Amino acid sequence: MLNQIQLLGHKGLNFFQRLGRGHILIFDILAGLSSLIPRPNLIVQQLYSVGVLSLIIIVVSGFFVGMVMGLQGYNTLVDFGAEESLGVMVALSLVRELGPVVTALLFAGRAGSALTAEIGLMKATEQLSAMEMMAVDPVRRVLGPRFLAGFISMPLLAAMFSAVGVLGGYFVGVGLLGVDDGAYWSQMQASVDLYDDIYNGVIKSLVFGFVVTWIAVFEGYDAIPTSEGVSRATTRTVVHSSLAVLGLDFILTALMFN
Amino acid sequence: MTTRIAEIWVGLFVAGGIAALFMLAMKVSNLSTYESDQGYDVTAYFEDISGLKVRSAVTMSGVRIGRVKEIVFDKNRLSALVTMEIEGEYDTLPDDSSASIYTAGLLGEKYIGLEPGAGSNDCEELSLDDSGEIKLEDKGNDCKPSTLKQGSEIKLTQDSLVLEKLIGQFISKFLSEDDKKEEPK
Repeated sequence: MLNQIQLLGHKGLNFFQRLGRGHILIFDILAGLSSLIPRPNLIVQQLYSVGVLSLIIIVVSGFFVGMVMGLQGYNTLVDFGAEESLGVMVALSLVRELGPVVTALLFAGRAGSALTAEIGLMKATEQLSAMEMMAVDPVRRVLGPRFLAGFISMPLLAAMFSAVGVLGGYFVGVGLLGVDDGAYWSQMQASVDLYDDIYNGVIKSLVFGFVVTWIAVFEGYDAIPTSEGVSRATTRTVVHSSLAVLGLDFILTALMFN
Repeated sequence: MTTRIAEIWVGLFVAGGIAALFMLAMKVSNLSTYESDQGYDVTAYFEDISGLKVRSAVTMSGVRIGRVKEIVFDKNRLSALVTMEIEGEYDTLPDDSSASIYTAGLLGEKYIGLEPGAGSNDCEELSLDDSGEIKLEDKGNDCKPSTLKQGSEIKLTQDSLVLEKLIGQFISKFLSEDDKKEEPK
């Protein structure tokens, strides 16, 4: 009995210690970002592996999500004789919700797990310790560029997801189901507001990008340096960042669109 | 050489992302329909504006010529004061135009429809000349018909139709007819 209480306290203290370490790490990363200014090449490399390599999954998923929205929306709206509003439905749901959220989930799976595995393996093979031996700060040299690249990539990927999704909805709605071409765009333009919808969508994707890359980088840096530890850290990255994205999405939506 | 290819891809990636944002802003949102600030404001009092919102459309002949800018409650007149911004290019609306609140579709949004009045212009004058014939006198280009300007008020207004009120009227009319039928007995 006493042992179990002890265990609970131990787990609780561990949780708060990790939470604290995570926050100290993010401050370290942010403070070290200025050292990247003379070395833009590091960021470009990471933008390639974090952003460009996620491009295909984002664009293809965006197109299919848009097509599904077009199909589902049409079947619902046609009952009310409102199939002209298909464009509004597709665009609003993509720009406000699906764009940032689905992109963040895919991004966590595609780029976040790769970041964690890479950094975790660097730690397991003692590359990070070797850097410290050479007086190179791994937080600035390894974590900083990866964090910044994820933070930059996320809103760009989310914007592409939404844009491609709108085109996918157009392809199904106008191309296959015969919604009027002009009504699709004009109703969309009449209802989607630049500040209320698109601006808030971009803010959402910025927040998600920050959180997902932060979790990925931290889990990798904090991983137990064994193969099992790295695999656990990778799983934790995907689970935690998906939960964080969905939870934050609720809070952000409540703040933005109340 | 691989760095070069990576750099090119990153450049394409960033350009694509910005292009997507740009497309969302221009093609999907209402940015392209934002009018310039050169419009003029016209006010109108309505007894009931239920459903009308700021940024609702103001139309004439079904064409959107402006937007609702502000809706306030006038506590002295106990009615709603609606300020509309009409785009600057439509500067020939007669000042005795009337404004009504309509609904787009059965359950759609409310909008304000303007209907042009005859225009209280004094440019043409009908008069009887000496031989008893009616003569139309044109005062020429010097006189301009009075139009809606910045700050002018539309006097003729028609309120928004509220479904509950209509049904209420209908029911009370129905009941009173029933009463009349029963009286002869």
